[in-house]
Amino acid sequence: MTDDKDVLRDVWFGRIPTCFTLYQDEITEREAEPYYLLLPRVSYLTLVTDKVKKHFQKVMRQEDISEIWFEYEGTPLKWHYPIGLLFDLLASSSALPWNITVHFKSFPEKDLLHCPSKDVIEAHFMSCVKEADALKHKSQVINEMQKKDHKQLWMGLQNDRFDQFWAINRKLMEYPAEENGFRYIPFRIYQTTTERPFIQKLFRPVSTDGQLHTLGDLLKEVCPSAVAPEVFWDQVVASDTENVLCLNSRDHPQIHRMVDALSQRIREHLEEAEERQHPEKNCQSDLKEQSHWV
Amino acid sequence: MPSSALWAVDLFGRVFTLSTAGQHWEPCRDAQLEFKRVSAARDCCWGIACDHQVYVLVGASDVPIRCQEEAYENQRWNPVGGFCETLLPSDRWPWSDVSGLQHRPLDGVALPSLHWEWESDWYVDENFGGEPTEKGGWTYAIDFPAAYTRDKKWNSCVRRRRWIRYRRYKSQDAWAKIPSEDDPQQLPDPFSDLSVGGWEVTDEPVGRLSVWAVTLQGKVWYRENVSHHNPEGSSWSLVDTPGEAVQISCGPHDLLWVTLWEGQALVREGINRNNPKGSSWSTVEPPTSENGILHVSTGVCVVWAVTKDRKVWFRRGVNSHNPCGTSWIEMFGEMMMVNVGLNDQVWGIGCVDRALYFRQGVTQSELSGKTWKVIVAGREGDRSLSGSSFSLHSAGCFFGNEVRGSAESCGPGDTDASWEVPGPASSPAGLRGKESWKGPSHATANFPEATDLSSLRLLPLGLEEPDSADCHALWAWVSGGGCAVEAHTTLKWFTTQSGLCPSVQTLSLSITPAQTAAWRKQIFQQLTERTKRELENFQHYEQAVEQSVWVKTGALQWWCDWKPHKWMDVHVALEQLTGHDGAQDSILFIYYVVHEEKKYIHVFLNEVTALVPVFSEAKHSFALYTPERTRQRWPVRLAAATEQDMSDWLTLLNLSCCESRRMHGRPSPQAIWSVTCKGDIFVSEPSPDLEGLERRLPCDQMFWRQIGGHLRVVEANSRGVVWGIGYDHTAWVYTGGYGGGCFQGLASSTSNVFTQWDVKCVHIYENQRWNPVTGYSSRGLPTDRYMWSDATGLQECTKASTKPPSLQWTWVSDWFVDFSVPGGTDPEGWQYASDFPASYHKYKTMKDFVRRRCWARKCKLVTTGPWLEVTSVALRDVSIIPESPGAHGSGLNIALWAISDKGDVLCRLGVSELNPEGFCWMHVGTDQPFTSVSIGACYQVWAVARDGSAFYRSSVSPSRPNGDCWYHIPPPPKQRLKQVSVGHTSVFALDENGKWLLIPRGNLWYRQGVTPSHPQGDSWEHVSNNVRHVSVGPLDQVWVIADKVQGSHSLSRGTVCRRTGVQSLEPKGQGWDYGIGGGWDHLSIRASATRAPRSSSQKPASKQNGQPPSVAGGPWQTPGPVCC
Repeated sequence: MTDDKDVLRDVWFGRIPTCFTLYQDEITEREAEPYYLLLPRVSYLTLVTDKVKKHFQKVMRQEDISEIWFEYEGTPLKWHYPIGLLFDLLASSSALPWNITVHFKSFPEKDLLHCPSKDVIEAHFMSCVKEADALKHKSQVINEMQKKDHKQLWMGLQNDRFDQFWAINRKLMEYPAEENGFRYIPFRIYQTTTERPFIQKLFRPVSTDGQLHTLGDLLKEVCPSAVAPEVFWDQVVASDTENVLCLNSRDHPQIHRMVDALSQRIREHLEEAEERQHPEKNCQSDLKEQSHWV
Repeated sequence: MPSSALWAVDLFGRVFTLSTAGQHWEPCRDAQLEFKRVSAARDCCWGIACDHQVYVLVGASDVPIRCQEEAYENQRWNPVGGFCETLLPSDRWPWSDVSGLQHRPLDGVALPSLHWEWESDWYVDENFGGEPTEKGGWTYAIDFPAAYTRDKKWNSCVRRRRWIRYRRYKSQDAWAKIPSEDDPQQLPDPFSDLSVGGWEVTDEPVGRLSVWAVTLQGKVWYRENVSHHNPEGSSWSLVDTPGEAVQISCGPHDLLWVTLWEGQALVREGINRNNPKGSSWSTVEPPTSENGILHVSTGVCVVWAVTKDRKVWFRRGVNSHNPCGTSWIEMFGEMMMVNVGLNDQVWGIGCVDRALYFRQGVTQSELSGKTWKVIVAGREGDRSLSGSSFSLHSAGCFFGNEVRGSAESCGPGDTDASWEVPGPASSPAGLRGKESWKGPSHATANFPEATDLSSLRLLPLGLEEPDSADCHALWAWVSGGGCAVEAHTTLKWFTTQSGLCPSVQTLSLSITPAQTAAWRKQIFQQLTERTKRELENFQHYEQAVEQSVWVKTGALQWWCDWKPHKWMDVHVALEQLTGHDGAQDSILFIYYVVHEEKKYIHVFLNEVTALVPVFSEAKHSFALYTPERTRQRWPVRLAAATEQDMSDWLTLLNLSCCESRRMHGRPSPQAIWSVTCKGDIFVSEPSPDLEGLERRLPCDQMFWRQIGGHLRVVEANSRGVVWGIGYDHTAWVYTGGYGGGCFQGLASSTSNVFTQWDVKCVHIYENQRWNPVTGYSSRGLPTDRYMWSDATGLQECTKASTKPPSLQWTWVSDWFVDFSVPGGTDPEGWQYASDFPASYHKYKTMKDFVRRRCWARKCKLVTTGPWLEVTSVALRDVSIIPESPGAHGSGLNIALWAISDKGDVLCRLGVSELNPEGFCWMHVGTDQPFTSVSIGACYQVWAVARDGSAFYRSSVSPSRPNGDCWYHIPPPPKQRLKQVSVGHTSVFALDENGKWLLIPRGNLWYRQGVTPSHPQGDSWEHVSNNVRHVSVGPLDQVWVIADKVQGSHSLSRGTVCRRTGVQSLEPKGQGWDYGIGGGWDHLSIRASATRAPRSSSQKPASKQNGQPPSVAGGPWQTPGPVCC
């Protein structure tokens, strides 16, 4: 019998094999070998690339080094997006390993935020957690936590310690038994097709008539353009046992493998686990290509 | 919570029930009658129908209501014919009752009413005080009345034998008419109101109820002798009142209020255990003189009233000592009536809308509650579409076929037919009722609303629009006397729900729950695929984040191992190292300071064998065992500052232990289950060499992990079926989850963990000494024990200072005298003795200078765990058939036997891996209450009766689950058995030797000579003493819970022990191997069917005995075959 814990573990231990190569125009003293790493999906690029930095700095002169940044097929990679999100959004259709180009020069000021230290990542991560808890519990849980709990959450992520992280995070995922769920579900929908970086709206886990909302309901309400015509949706709702449906539509972005009727519990764990630095649930990380639970 | 039901009557006299677990009104199954009034208790409901007759409906149960009738056949010896029926003229009747005073021929014993039937014919009772008599059941004496013996002697001039026959109440789940009195003079005039209550006044006889009724002439009647075994009661007796009564309300305890025509209330005083009818009346004036009281309803310590202007009033200050209360408080809202149910919860019927309201927020501290909340649950007839979902989930699981039947028969079609059409058709009956109702009393006409508003006034309204009434019900009467709503109960009565109920999961149990639906599996599968896709070819890549040691530190308290034994503040650090494969290793450091010197002790978590929470009044502590600590009987004890802190540490340490032992998910079906004396549940995975002959794993190395919940008994079998019984006798079935309780988050499965509760009593003793001046008084001798003490007399325990066992428990009752203590008590609960401490008896004699009585107070614990309640019958013992893995009879149902809390023997039908709960009970008749049962692997059912003798049930088989008949097996000489356990072939039993002592010294007995052709065996052979519980497994392995096990540091009670040297030729075994303990209470080895691979070279048994290092003196020191 599979358990949510198994799912959580699988999500947490999700890794993307990545090949880092130095940008061709970077000046090196000798040839830079590519560097291969397994990146945790749930982490941030600048948090886990110390080794990459060190590797390439060895072949470069000190004066040629400024802030490191990453790019994939011409798109600068936003470090404040989780790695899994970046991969699914931009590169999920390409062959593995994921080829990332490393830059030390010409920082794209208009595309990327600076990341001078890990404190910045921590601040970003904690603000996301707080934002999510504001939606879930009116910030009650996060505010009641002690400083050391916040630290443990962050250290858990930084050191890739599943138990350490979840010992605290579970408190953020609980809700009183008499309630059917969180106040609002924290989520963000990222699309490559639109100008907006993401969609975010208030969405309650339970409808006014007491029914649990499904992921499908959420998409239908929040991002109808991503959803296939009504006909299909009726089917989804009607066929309760077949929750997973393949939807294809011509003009709309394709949605493969739409998961409907996700119970709240699993939604929490799946999306929150992976996107917890983005408290927002990344329901459909990439509507253009493929949708998964990142 | 166990679901219970609210009863209500609508304006058409139809009776409905609403379950606390449901959200739809169910029409009463016996819908032939229309009712004016109902008053419900837990197991039954009394009502006044439109024919003005009183009816009682006893809820259906798998255990029949069964009464024994007995008659004695008496004979006298004469030289001519030997023993014959010709008695002396001065003698008793040849056929008599036990006293001999009443003539009682067998054919003269009649059924008490139409609602009873005979179970079988008369037969002779062969059992004489636990011993089988000689043939014919005759017992002999010198003369009547005298002491009878089993054996015929030279001077035995008379003999007698006992004939018994059972009658059974057959009208369960149907309205049974209470027969009118035969004598027309005695016949009470038509009843107008009735109320049931008083079940908390006394429980003797079992299920006793006070049933009070008011007639149209304003008289008050009491129904005599209503109890579980006599649900109809025996007769009405008149209770004089100073005025004309209109309405009556009897609370669960000793409150009884009556409203008078004049608007005052009468309060009954002097109701107690010895006088449930009370002794006198006192009067309470209405809140305002212009508007008298119309209706009252009483709870345990509340009274609610409605005055003639429909205002609702709450009576302040009501309790047992002051049943009249102090003053009225006006409450918000206007009601037709209010009704107080269990836990002083309140329901009302709105004055204008005739809707049913529930008073929200009623708690012990705020008895008047907060607001009225309307109940909008739909009715059976209203939901044409959801009918299928209903029968789908409730029928199969909980009620067998019965509910399905009713759901269908009460489906939309039937409802329409029987309700809407008879609307007008039934009105003549109703109108006739109204006339005769009005007839005898003119006063009634003046206040038609007062009593019979439903039938008189609103019937026309109903006639006009019977259709609309179906859409939203108009209610006439409500009774919450059987409805248990507690603070944490979540009710689904307040929202309407269409379509599929989302509540299915709370009701139904199966090993594959709804949550593991297809989509869930698919998610997991896709995640696995993703991992494979993205990682399979890249395993050689370096990890971005290096694994590091994670240290959790904290401040705890530690119970110092040496002098001075006290709690010391310590710093603790748990260092965890996890490899990339998830393997984990952890060390716990405890840093302490002694003589300003810093020191530490450390524990490798892979050596920890158990983490046991020890909740006490003040400390949140836990004990940590390793094999060495187990041998010492001296665990590492740590305490945290808060419950949360302790729960965090316990969860983390448990996770670390499980990780280091690679233990995930639910326990295996072969797991060994056990329960501590605190009710905590522990499970151990049997290693393959646990029962090995050669390299046997010592018991003290077994790892025990905790599962959430609170139980007194747990029994398992190797097909994964696990049942438990709580301290309050509630039966629970294991759901396949893990965690719960203080294990949250990752340590707990997300599904299959539910709310669980338990109730137990805390006992203290009131001690008194006699002196010539004042008689018995609480002034003892200086050398005496405390005048308020625990059972030993060593600890002072006053009512005020005694707290619930731990912070998890809360009081749910006040202190009450416990009359059920062994040995019996006088009517005030006292037990007498010549001095403390001595043996107590129930009557005072000249030599008795001291007396004591036991006070009890109920407390309740609410927790969570992987358990679901098995409703309907409370249990004392349960046994599941052990099965060896080779014999996979997976198609067959799993035999499960149990003893109800009343001593009925039951066998469960339909138990299987997929439906561990089974369907229903099958009752197995016995001549006396039983206490213990066990079924062996070959369907040998053994049981122990209350008289201490054993019984063997013959011919039990899959096709005949309840067997054929009982064979009486006398206990060992001068002993009374209390428990029996049957493995593959071995039969072991435990006696109740020294049960009066604080630590009983039970003897373990082996049944010699049991063979397939002679399953009853020949004799009992003594094996050992100081045994508290025995469990014999499917390999005939013998495990016990033993007392007085000596460790190197301390003596422990309640230790898990395995019998060593048990072989097929030596089933009694040779010695003991000591495991975890003390504080263990119960163990089930019966799922552990993994046989170790046999090896050809068997070591001599004596070497094995030498190996367990734990044996150190004590009563076990003679490990060889011991005979008494």
